[in-house]
Amino acid sequence: MKPFEYARAASPAEAVRGFAPGTMYLGGGTNLVDLMKLGVAEPERLLDVSRLPLDAIEQTDGDRVRVGATVRNTDLAAHPVIRSRYPMLARAVLAGASGQVRNVATVGGNLLQRTRCTYFQDVSRPCNKRRPGSGCPAIEGDHAGLAVLGASDACVATHPSDMAVALAALGADVHVTGPGGDRIIPMPGLHRLPGDEPERDTVLEPGDLITAVELPPPPPGASHYRKVRERSSFAFALVSVAAVLDVRDGAVAGCRIALGGVAHVPWRAERAEQALIGGPATGEAFLQAAETELEQAGPLPRNAYKVPLARNLIVATLEELAP
Amino acid sequence: MEITLRVNGVPRKADVDPRMSLLDLLRERLGLIGAKKGCDHGQCGACTVLIDGRRANSCLALAVAVDDRDITTVEGLADGDELHPLQAAFIEHDAFQCGYCTPGQLCSAEGMLGEPGPSAITEDLLTDPGLTPDEIRERMSGNLCRCGAYVNIVTAIGEVAR
Repeated sequence: MKPFEYARAASPAEAVRGFAPGTMYLGGGTNLVDLMKLGVAEPERLLDVSRLPLDAIEQTDGDRVRVGATVRNTDLAAHPVIRSRYPMLARAVLAGASGQVRNVATVGGNLLQRTRCTYFQDVSRPCNKRRPGSGCPAIEGDHAGLAVLGASDACVATHPSDMAVALAALGADVHVTGPGGDRIIPMPGLHRLPGDEPERDTVLEPGDLITAVELPPPPPGASHYRKVRERSSFAFALVSVAAVLDVRDGAVAGCRIALGGVAHVPWRAERAEQALIGGPATGEAFLQAAETELEQAGPLPRNAYKVPLARNLIVATLEELAP
Repeated sequence: MEITLRVNGVPRKADVDPRMSLLDLLRERLGLIGAKKGCDHGQCGACTVLIDGRRANSCLALAVAVDDRDITTVEGLADGDELHPLQAAFIEHDAFQCGYCTPGQLCSAEGMLGEPGPSAITEDLLTDPGLTPDEIRERMSGNLCRCGAYVNIVTAIGEVAR
């Protein structure tokens, strides 16, 4: 591992002031420290923000819930308000990683874990995300677990967070402070598609620091998070779905669908949502909506299975939620 | 950098390179070789210790970042010559073969028994499911055992959980 300096920030303002080129913020470290061991991340300086006083979960005005950026994943999933009012979010967090990792990983860090693939993590191989312009061996090589939606010729990596998929479905607000001041980024707007700049996972600028995630009031209807993976625990999603369905008098009054494991970002399935609103809550309608969404898919030879898998998972989840 | 930890209740000072993991500090500087280096990437759980009472992968923790924390390793589980109930249950139920993953399994189980709330497989998020064998398997999924002693590990933990 390349030598680096270590410092700890006492407040968000101090962290932003202390940020300089070559600095990286350190949260729980479960992704960053791993990438540093692999030689993928080589910060000159780590600014530890894991002890900032941002570890509260509190109700705010307008029936919203503010989750501080340093809240640990375990504490988010176990919180009574999250379990009772945002069960889809609790389930998504619990579906991610292991008990040990969730105890350490922060909410801010979970969002900012790198969008990645095995080539990104192997410094002996080219990777446009790690070394822009060097090429993408995944497109010709092992891409079985990688993106089928929104990928580019430069990158087919996926964002592995489960939590972010639920936050994308909820439309949570990400609170950011930085050298340019404070701002709010509604999910799924934090993450970006690779395009020809796959080195950028998010829309954040250097020095930007996530301070909180604010949850809107729970949308009406029933919700669920389902994850399909190669083993039943401690594995990334091949495909996951966060869905909310509100059915009144047999018609879909409201619908939110977000997909994980299929794109460089947590993928909000807006076309499927639009296709469903106002229509009947039937298996046939769910199937048509899923197919409408997945018409945009551009699978590679070895991940084409993800398209029918995503379709079937969307349909099964909505059928489970329909009254 | 100068750091101070309490390891198994004893204050320990160390001057560490920022690159040093908590696992390397424990094993190479403090002589506590219970926690094992398996994958060194947070995937196998052999390095699991308790940090302020919560189980964590010590290979992914920078020593400088756990300055001032309370660390419990497998060496700190027993009370003198009296084994921790989990240790006794692991022996009773033959919950290991080579033993390499065992310190991590023990620390992980100890942390897991104190963790509140549901797991990924809990049907009703608002009701305590109790530590059924399936719940134990899900909650212990961060600890691999290449000998495949899982059946007896689940039995041993289940006995202590009762």
